[in-house]
Amino acid sequence: MPKRLDILVCSGAACISNNSTAIKDKLQAVLTENGLLEEVSIIETGCMGPCELGPVMLVYPDGVFYIRLKEDDVEEIVREHIIKGRPVKRLQWATAEARRIAEEKRQIPFFEKQVKIVLSNCGKIDPENIEEYIATGGYEALARVLTSMTPEQVINEIANSGLRGRGGAGFPTGLKWKATRAASGEEKFVVCNGDEGDPGAFMDRAILEGDPHTVIEGMTIAAFAIGSNQGYVYVRAEYPLAVKRLEKALQQARKYGLLGKNIFETGFDFDIEIRIGAGAFVCGEETALIASIEGKRGQPRPKPPFPAEKGLWAKPTLINNVETYANVRHIILNGSKWFSEIGTVNSKGTKVFALSGKVENTGLVEVPMGVTLRELVFDIGGGIPGGKKFKAVQIGGPSGGCIPADYLDTPIDYESLKRLGTIMGSGGVIVLDEDTCMVNFAKFFLDFTKEESCGQCAPCRIGLKHLYDILDRITKGEGEMEDLETLEKLGDEIRKTSLCGLGQSAPNPVLSTLKYFRDEYVEHIKEKKCKAGVCELERPREEVSIEEKLKGVI
Amino acid sequence: MTREEIFKKYGKSKDNLLYIMHDVQDNNPRHYLSEEDLKEVANWLGLSYSYVHGVATFYSMYSLKPRGKYIIRVCESPTCHLMGSSDIILELVKHLGVGIGETTKDELFTLELTSCIGVCGVAPAMMINNEAYGNLTPERIAQIIEEKRREAR
Repeated sequence: MPKRLDILVCSGAACISNNSTAIKDKLQAVLTENGLLEEVSIIETGCMGPCELGPVMLVYPDGVFYIRLKEDDVEEIVREHIIKGRPVKRLQWATAEARRIAEEKRQIPFFEKQVKIVLSNCGKIDPENIEEYIATGGYEALARVLTSMTPEQVINEIANSGLRGRGGAGFPTGLKWKATRAASGEEKFVVCNGDEGDPGAFMDRAILEGDPHTVIEGMTIAAFAIGSNQGYVYVRAEYPLAVKRLEKALQQARKYGLLGKNIFETGFDFDIEIRIGAGAFVCGEETALIASIEGKRGQPRPKPPFPAEKGLWAKPTLINNVETYANVRHIILNGSKWFSEIGTVNSKGTKVFALSGKVENTGLVEVPMGVTLRELVFDIGGGIPGGKKFKAVQIGGPSGGCIPADYLDTPIDYESLKRLGTIMGSGGVIVLDEDTCMVNFAKFFLDFTKEESCGQCAPCRIGLKHLYDILDRITKGEGEMEDLETLEKLGDEIRKTSLCGLGQSAPNPVLSTLKYFRDEYVEHIKEKKCKAGVCELERPREEVSIEEKLKGVI
Repeated sequence: MTREEIFKKYGKSKDNLLYIMHDVQDNNPRHYLSEEDLKEVANWLGLSYSYVHGVATFYSMYSLKPRGKYIIRVCESPTCHLMGSSDIILELVKHLGVGIGETTKDELFTLELTSCIGVCGVAPAMMINNEAYGNLTPERIAQIIEEKRREAR
């Protein structure tokens, strides 16, 4: 029975990490105490997006958005808002500049420029209840595909939509499906890459936690299209909540006959198993991920053959990432034409970005491709906190690069980011302000990739260590001008000769900062100065305390 | 769950190696894989000891030495670094009196670093076992550790 009010409590990992579970428990207790459970429902949803403001809570149909909640606030909200109908102003979301109390979700700039397709259910439905998913049109696309479309029609629809892989390289999804369908072999597999390792990216976690069925539905449609009966979702072990919600979703889907034998009584069989990683960044690379599912060390192998021909257990395998699968049902339901009208010429649809670092509104945002960096950082992100100056954005994780202020008006799509020396990657956007030293930041990325290198090929294993050592010298005031040339030359070699995507893209943070922030490198070398004040260059090293030394290492 | 029960749950399929090692490690009160564990896993799946050892040491979440009741994994992603994770690590080092990769004498805490736990919106962050903690400050570290100490009593 519909209730008078729905209270949506965000139960994304970020809000949980800020005590949202205790707030939900308290809410439950206070509502029970006041005999309100009959007319008010509490719904635990996936991530609503604005993690910075968590724990957050949304009251429908009033559209009141409460932020930064404490357990002690709950009684006041129930007493004033739920009982007396007077929303508690001091806890509502106020805009950064005007501090004007926003009454409706759509008036909040954070949401205004967003177009939610992939995240349409995240933060709105209870991810542990399949019926809420079905009520939003869930599994309708699968029903349509199984009952009225041929696999070729499905593949054409995906190809015509212009959807490209959301995991990194942006390969056209339709082509991948076509190649896997065309590959010879009786048995084929559908794999979902949920090994979201890029530091600064957390959209796949949010989708798996907030709307797991959308991934299951996308994979099942893909399985029908390529001719597969078995799927695997590979999730990082660092995401226990995502694993739990996905497990529950799989059980419910089986119970409802939406997975398993004879789905929709069409004779089509498909089931999905979860595989979890154990902490290895390189497993996001598709051939490494396959090795890991097989129970091996997660080491990549040279391509070709591509997984479409020889993947899991040497059988044709379709691998797409979480966000890519989450687009599928919307394309089937609304048509490829609808999808292809969103975005730019070569990059269709929306992209989910994870805003983090020195930006006012951190969290998840979904925008049409082609939105500019300025809109992303300043309009949606609310700009830089503390009156500091913007310096750069780092896009694409350790495989991406830094983009300086001069290019803020660049529309974000696969091609224009590539031209700037970075990649879309999985969509992590780390905002840097004037207090960030670009040399130190590049060093930090290299520290990451050299640690995560699987060690198989020499360019990556040895080359990255050399790059790191040079950067380390520069940040300690021991660099020489020739180092810059070496960095470029070595970086270029590593790019060309590494075995897999990790090595091939690992020099990007160095090369892009050298391109746009060369003056900072020169300053470190010639003047022994770090204008951001991060690197300790002037004192002789013996004077540096143990604590400070440790600071350089960690 | 005993080791044998875990083995039976997964059967003899080699691709379950990662799962089996996770479960065996979680069921060990010291959260690690002993040499005997690895040998038994290898026997059960019909793999060589060196193969199983190779897989266990490839992934950062398996430990071959005993750890504490609470495994603290501080996120050292670039975002967390930018938002002050080094202060958090220093505070933990000071507060627990151990270095990275070490366990406190009372066997309660092991301090580790992790690449990214995906809660970048509330950086700096860390995980204690399966629970994530965000928006950390050195002051909060002391509180959280005390809370866990109380919980363990």
